[in-house]
Amino acid sequence: MEYLELLFKSIFVENMVFAYFLGMCSYLAVSKKVSTAFGLGLAVVFVLMVTVPLNWLLDQYILQEGALSWLGEEYASYDLSFLTYILFIATIATMVQLVEIVVEKFAPALYNSLGIFLPLIAVNCAILGGSLFMQARDIATLGLATTYGVGAGIGFFLAIVSIAAIREKIRYSNVPAPLRGLGITFIITGLMAIGFMSFGGMLTGGDEGEDDAEATELSVDGKLQEEKNAINNETITVSSITLE
Amino acid sequence: MRLLSKKDAKLILDPLSDNNPITVQVLGICSALAVTAQLKPSIVMAMAVMFVMGMGNVVISLLRNLIPPKIRIIAQLIVVATLVIVVDQVLKAYAYELSNQLSVFIGLIITNCIIMGRFEAFALGNGPRESFLDGIGNAAGYGLILVIVGALRELFGSGTLLGFEIFGSSVEGTGLYALGYENNGFMVLPPMALIVVGLIIWVQRHYNKELHEDN
Repeated sequence: MEYLELLFKSIFVENMVFAYFLGMCSYLAVSKKVSTAFGLGLAVVFVLMVTVPLNWLLDQYILQEGALSWLGEEYASYDLSFLTYILFIATIATMVQLVEIVVEKFAPALYNSLGIFLPLIAVNCAILGGSLFMQARDIATLGLATTYGVGAGIGFFLAIVSIAAIREKIRYSNVPAPLRGLGITFIITGLMAIGFMSFGGMLTGGDEGEDDAEATELSVDGKLQEEKNAINNETITVSSITLE
Repeated sequence: MRLLSKKDAKLILDPLSDNNPITVQVLGICSALAVTAQLKPSIVMAMAVMFVMGMGNVVISLLRNLIPPKIRIIAQLIVVATLVIVVDQVLKAYAYELSNQLSVFIGLIITNCIIMGRFEAFALGNGPRESFLDGIGNAAGYGLILVIVGALRELFGSGTLLGFEIFGSSVEGTGLYALGYENNGFMVLPPMALIVVGLIIWVQRHYNKELHEDN
């Protein structure tokens, strides 16, 4: 149950793209065609699935305060958490390289379909973001960390494939010239993000004090909530129209 | 002699509008938008990026003949990560609350595409002085968008700027609020950041026809 909840939360409620704007650059750059978006999405799921648990291990056994106590008593007081960024990014860069070599060797078909996206992923914010959020949230076990990685990856995958589908269709619409391309993509993403916000109420009583505090702060005046719901309905109609 | 030659001035001024990293080059959107719900974190983020970019561009430019091309991405990441650690530690020491508010987004400067993008596109092929100017210019263009978005969202979302109440107090119902004005709470929610940037792009491209794209 715990796993399912975390999976659902990381896919929908805390969607990498729509809630935190992570991986925006590749999301905008590689979403012109569904097929390429599909490849990049798969690669992100794959790399997140490998790097998040790996960085979880690093965090637990090297970086956290007192994490080095398995080396012996005298190391128990060390706190290396300031090295987080450099260690995480080094792990990610090496893992991406390693994954690339392994995939090329053992699954050439997959390698061809992922193509140039694998090396690019090292600098995708969604990957580092996944590891940093995993650390910031004190995810408890290795299994949960893997679940979180997979969920975050699937969230990104869904986002990039759906925007690519919309962009393929929007080519036939009459968008105002200054808004074509980048501008309209931003606005559609905003509307989709509003749609995704409707998942927010589905998991309450979660374990994050921080996010909950933010949520209550925002929904203090009831009017806002009503307004939000009204806008949500509107968006859903808008996006279904766009899809058609 | 002028402090900046025409070419140098172009390096700094170009990214502010015609070649803006966010609205034209589509770089650095990742870690930017989430911090723009208020003006203050936007300004801090812009300053942090400016420091990292200026310094990073200089370092990479100095090392450009020493870094083997095959491992340059890892080398670049290490340089950026080191600089970001400096920023993070300084923020933690002198502005702890702000650093909590920005949480992981300071760390995400590392993978901010704008930094890698400028390293690849500029610092690897130019001297340290030009690279420094290019870094500062691009960070300023990035910061400009951040500050505009942050100001708009804070002003219309909570009626304040940097915490000062602009439209009067919403709690006591003074100023504009006495006339029935309401804050648009929607502005502080994440999706509005995207829509505001979309609108900024619209306005910019309306005046600059060269930037129009095909669908």
